[in-house]
Amino acid sequence: MNTSTGIVAVVVTAAVTVLIGAYGLRAARTTSDFYVASRTVTPWWNASAIGGEYLSAASFLGVAGLVLAYGTDMLWFPVGYTAGYLMLLVLVAAPLRRSGAYTLPDFAEARLESMAARRAASILVVTIGWLYLLPQFQAAGLTLRTVTGAPQWAGPAVVAAVVLVSVLGGGMRSITFVQAFQYWLKLTALALPVVFVLLAWQSDGRPEVAPPEEPVFAEATTVEVTIDVTVDVPMGVVVEADGVVDDAAVSGELPLDRGDHDVEAGTVLEFPAGARIPHASNLEPMTGQAWALPLTAGGDHPLYATYSLIIALFFGTMGLPHVLVRFYTNPDGRAARRTTLAVLGLLGLFYVLPGVYGALGRLYTPELLLTGRTDAVVLVLPGRLVDGVLGETLSALVTAGAFAAFLSTSSGLTVSVAGVLSQDLLRGRVRNPVAGFRLGAALALLVPIGLALSSPFLGIADVVGLAFAVAASSFCPLLLLGIWWRRLTWPGAVAGLLAGGGTSTVAVAFTILGGPPDGWVGALLAQPAAWTMPLAFVVMIVVSLGTQQHTAPGVNRTMVRLHTPENLDLNRGDWDPEDRWRT
Amino acid sequence: MTERVTVTGPRRGRPPARRRAGTAEIDAQTQLGEVYMRALLRAQLRLSLTVAGVVLGLLALLPLVFAVAPRVSDVDVAGVPLPWLVLGGLVYPVLVAAAWFYVRTAERVERDFGEMVDRR
Repeated sequence: MNTSTGIVAVVVTAAVTVLIGAYGLRAARTTSDFYVASRTVTPWWNASAIGGEYLSAASFLGVAGLVLAYGTDMLWFPVGYTAGYLMLLVLVAAPLRRSGAYTLPDFAEARLESMAARRAASILVVTIGWLYLLPQFQAAGLTLRTVTGAPQWAGPAVVAAVVLVSVLGGGMRSITFVQAFQYWLKLTALALPVVFVLLAWQSDGRPEVAPPEEPVFAEATTVEVTIDVTVDVPMGVVVEADGVVDDAAVSGELPLDRGDHDVEAGTVLEFPAGARIPHASNLEPMTGQAWALPLTAGGDHPLYATYSLIIALFFGTMGLPHVLVRFYTNPDGRAARRTTLAVLGLLGLFYVLPGVYGALGRLYTPELLLTGRTDAVVLVLPGRLVDGVLGETLSALVTAGAFAAFLSTSSGLTVSVAGVLSQDLLRGRVRNPVAGFRLGAALALLVPIGLALSSPFLGIADVVGLAFAVAASSFCPLLLLGIWWRRLTWPGAVAGLLAGGGTSTVAVAFTILGGPPDGWVGALLAQPAAWTMPLAFVVMIVVSLGTQQHTAPGVNRTMVRLHTPENLDLNRGDWDPEDRWRT
Repeated sequence: MTERVTVTGPRRGRPPARRRAGTAEIDAQTQLGEVYMRALLRAQLRLSLTVAGVVLGLLALLPLVFAVAPRVSDVDVAGVPLPWLVLGGLVYPVLVAAAWFYVRTAERVERDFGEMVDRR
């Protein structure tokens, strides 16, 4: 792809984001505007904004990359992302909006009437937020590098700068407009190129996507390695090489034996037709047959891994901080439900697309298996299959969509993490709430950027899946029991948050830092949700039953507040999260 | 011109008891108010668990079907393998339909509750 088109796409996306943010800034006059857009956003805007915020780099790039590498099983990711919204809708959407809380810690405080529960929730919001931001920044680095050849740190820097400008400028209200715009940009950016890609495949005679054998280069293929990679050569092959392989400069014919080889960035390798594709060491090679069948990925225990992933995604969505913050911008509980219904439609529309990219990528961009950057398939495929100006334009479009994905999710997460940091950590230290929010936003971005630049690159959708696992093991039980069970007490909630959130965070840290060990222990650590979520539920219930003297005194009034429709004239208590901005 | 006379008489029987509105019962947290609230919560929770359970159950069955009857995976529909067709496309309309059903029913539960407690 032409470098300048890529840069233009990134610059235009960033500029439009800042402009819409600036337009919203004129509308944001009060602190309430800043945090919750004064609750005046219509369901349609809100649904587009939720869709825009939710479709992160994991959805836009990661899913297609995983499908390319591992096939059918990876389709559970988009299914889970969508079904998570259904669980959110039926179990928490309306009560949560009616609670009037703005953040998860607000909810914990309002329902349990305890500052300890509030603090435990705050720590978890920040943990999950950072865990979710990390892959967004890594993906931004990958994208900018793929389309412009910029160094790895440039992507996170650009995203952080744009997010800071738009978040610091207008807060929630401007973000709502920005996110809504970005949903439609992302949908167009995947849907339009897929038409041309499918037409190209059709005119190619609809070749089989994955022949059942080991994957091979169908024709002589030149691969340019842009980031150092170790590849596992499955069968000896003679390639044309220009660059550095196994620490030795080469130019010309090079026999590659079976086994591992280090290839340095900038090296060009030319493989003959029919050569088996060497896989980057971070990928498990799969035959075409295994790829096309379910229950073949996921290591030694695919059935457990699939179920645990399903649990994490289905029940993690409701515990994601940036998802919840959106519900408070609905005018009432009924609107919250209708908004969520619209979101489900918008998500279903979008998630049909990434699988197509992954599948055709297996056929047309097999070299990504060698470079290990399968997450780039969405960016590369349109340019590969469509020639000329049209191809350039489509490539620019997907690049713009990818950038919109980083920007929208990062903004949403930054707003929620910044909200928690400024209310629970900086309050008292910074007098002006808006100044505190801005300081919180800067802090919210710095930590994950540091992590993104220093930690090894993992699959985007994998890390996001781990963030879902932590959310499912902490906030899901807190919300479900808090909303539907009067006997939940604050000691029970705190104990459950620590047990579920703690164990899942440790499991995630193991997986990210060391790579999980083999066998059952590895499977349990790599996909913790199936045991950490029940653990959190059990601890919350058992400890609550043992501490019934700590039941919140106003729990009955809170239940009236959570569950009765707003049009009834009822006493719902006088707790108001916006009080703190009035004093 | 005749003078107007007010006709009075002793009351017969007790007037019909004026019932307090359900909302007042709930506000006063009387036992009756509690009954109203529990009925609402139970109806909503039953609806939520039914929708969540049916959808979750159907989806959770899929990996099991793939594991127990691998031959299902060999079925092709218009060149697309069945697991791809189901996971890549067909689940989404099902999810939206379930959500639509839930929103409609939950709003009806709330309307019924409103009529019950707001009757004066």
